[in-house]
Amino acid sequence: MNEELRELYQQVILDHNKSPRNFKKLDHHNHFAEGYNPLCGDKIDVYVQIEDGIVKDISFQGTGCAISKASASLMSSLVKGKPVAEAEILFEKFHDLITGKTADENALEELGKLAVFAGVKDFPTRVKCASLAWHTMQSAIKNETSTVTIEE
Amino acid sequence: MSVKTLTPLTTGVDEYNVEKIRKDFPILAQTIHGKPLVYLDNAATAQKPQAVIDSIVEYYTSMNANVHRGVHHLSEVSTKAFEDARIKIKEFINAKSESEVIFTRGTTEAINLVAASYGRAFLKEGDEIILTGMEHHSNLVPWQLIAKEKQLKIKIIPVDDNGELVLDDLENFFTEKTKFAAINYVSNSLGTINDVKKIIDTSHLHSVPVLLDAAQTVNHLEIDVQKLDCDFLAFSGHKLYGPTGIGILYGKKSLLDSMPPYMGGGDMIAKVTYSESTYNELPHKFEAGTSNIADAIALGAAIDYVKQIGLEAIAHHENCLLEYATAELLNLEGLKIIGTAKNKCGVISFVFDTIHPHDVGTFLDFEGIAVRTGHHCTQPLMHRFGIPATTRASFAMYNTKNEVDILINGLKRVIKVFK
Repeated sequence: MNEELRELYQQVILDHNKSPRNFKKLDHHNHFAEGYNPLCGDKIDVYVQIEDGIVKDISFQGTGCAISKASASLMSSLVKGKPVAEAEILFEKFHDLITGKTADENALEELGKLAVFAGVKDFPTRVKCASLAWHTMQSAIKNETSTVTIEE
Repeated sequence: MSVKTLTPLTTGVDEYNVEKIRKDFPILAQTIHGKPLVYLDNAATAQKPQAVIDSIVEYYTSMNANVHRGVHHLSEVSTKAFEDARIKIKEFINAKSESEVIFTRGTTEAINLVAASYGRAFLKEGDEIILTGMEHHSNLVPWQLIAKEKQLKIKIIPVDDNGELVLDDLENFFTEKTKFAAINYVSNSLGTINDVKKIIDTSHLHSVPVLLDAAQTVNHLEIDVQKLDCDFLAFSGHKLYGPTGIGILYGKKSLLDSMPPYMGGGDMIAKVTYSESTYNELPHKFEAGTSNIADAIALGAAIDYVKQIGLEAIAHHENCLLEYATAELLNLEGLKIIGTAKNKCGVISFVFDTIHPHDVGTFLDFEGIAVRTGHHCTQPLMHRFGIPATTRASFAMYNTKNEVDILINGLKRVIKVFK
């Protein structure tokens, strides 16, 4: 496989695509949003249960490419149990990563598992794939119930 | 689709020489990510032969002037070249007169012109328009706009599981309120060639005019608007190896004469006062403003080039590629072809059970292969098949059997990665 391609499709991403975590409907959710990427038709439903400002539980359902599915899977794993404010900060850092704005190695380290998405910055057309789940999560925790259509 | 044995390709005179044709398309010689370009996104836009590129260069080098205006030499030269191109197009689709050939920006503008002009003048509240379930958004949204404005009802001819139109009870679609039909000739997503003659004949029994969206047709099938008896026909230059930004609306003269102008401006008028204007005759009535002169002339050059190779020979070549690719694709694990109509041309759409088209597209790109992934501007059709998107390979006169093999090998690698 080509090096750039291997960087984009890291093993962790392929694994999460194959067996996405938290891939279900959350029965007891109190926040919800639907994300939609009109360019490729990808759709994602994000369910969140927030208690005392903490993301108690989160799940998603939908269709999308490996990048978008793995991103949703990792997003749900990382956000679960975190205060809402932290989830939002994480999204900011993630967004910087995939758009090539992450400053240095230290910043990359802070991102932990999310660093596998660093390759996305070399594929401008795939930035939306990686960010769809995060935009939708953000909309859900703000309790915006309308469909999110992302324009990067 | 049945898989026939490949027969040698002949143009009738010279043998079909795909390697020679490829040399006429300079863009094909390049490499992408270090691999030779395999361009299989022809349904989105076709590449341009040197003759078309030269035509544009020649126009701006030695002919550029505005048409139908000046008395000076260059204006006469450019006007003649522009009108000669119109005649070439008239002959290409066998229109009765060149006044029935209107230059537009493309298929989309041609359809919008008819929807807006004919729609505003002749359709009224409660009237019905017939479309099909496989329309490109460009032959759907313009009708939705006028339907909303005029409170019209849109009826959709359904698509079956093979991607063919269900025409058995076509007759039942027509009521006394049916006033227009706008029909896809060849599906850009599925490759289905629709039985438009049946739809036209049935529509005419009910005095319903028919517009054909031939964007995906003109590069594969010979078109004779008089034989088809369609009332309007729209196509783009860029899918016919011509430039982008130029397209054609054909309309029967009697209909075009009865329709009000679509846009106002220069060239479309006869007499103008501060309070009112009278309009120029056809086709100029629908060509407000300075036309895309260079690209209209280059579209004429594209038609000359296509004629020289022979549309029948091109179609035969593409059909052989389609049959070969269909048979090879069906051998791949987890692959399903979307669109298995008996009559197809040029296009093959497919999905994998577990691999998303966008991932397929990115991997193929690194093999130098350009395919289209997405909904192909046919979201309702994708919905009908219960899929968000497909991967689509589409063929042109310059594609080869070897390129199909490269595609298949590329797909095999994708399957391996996602296993």
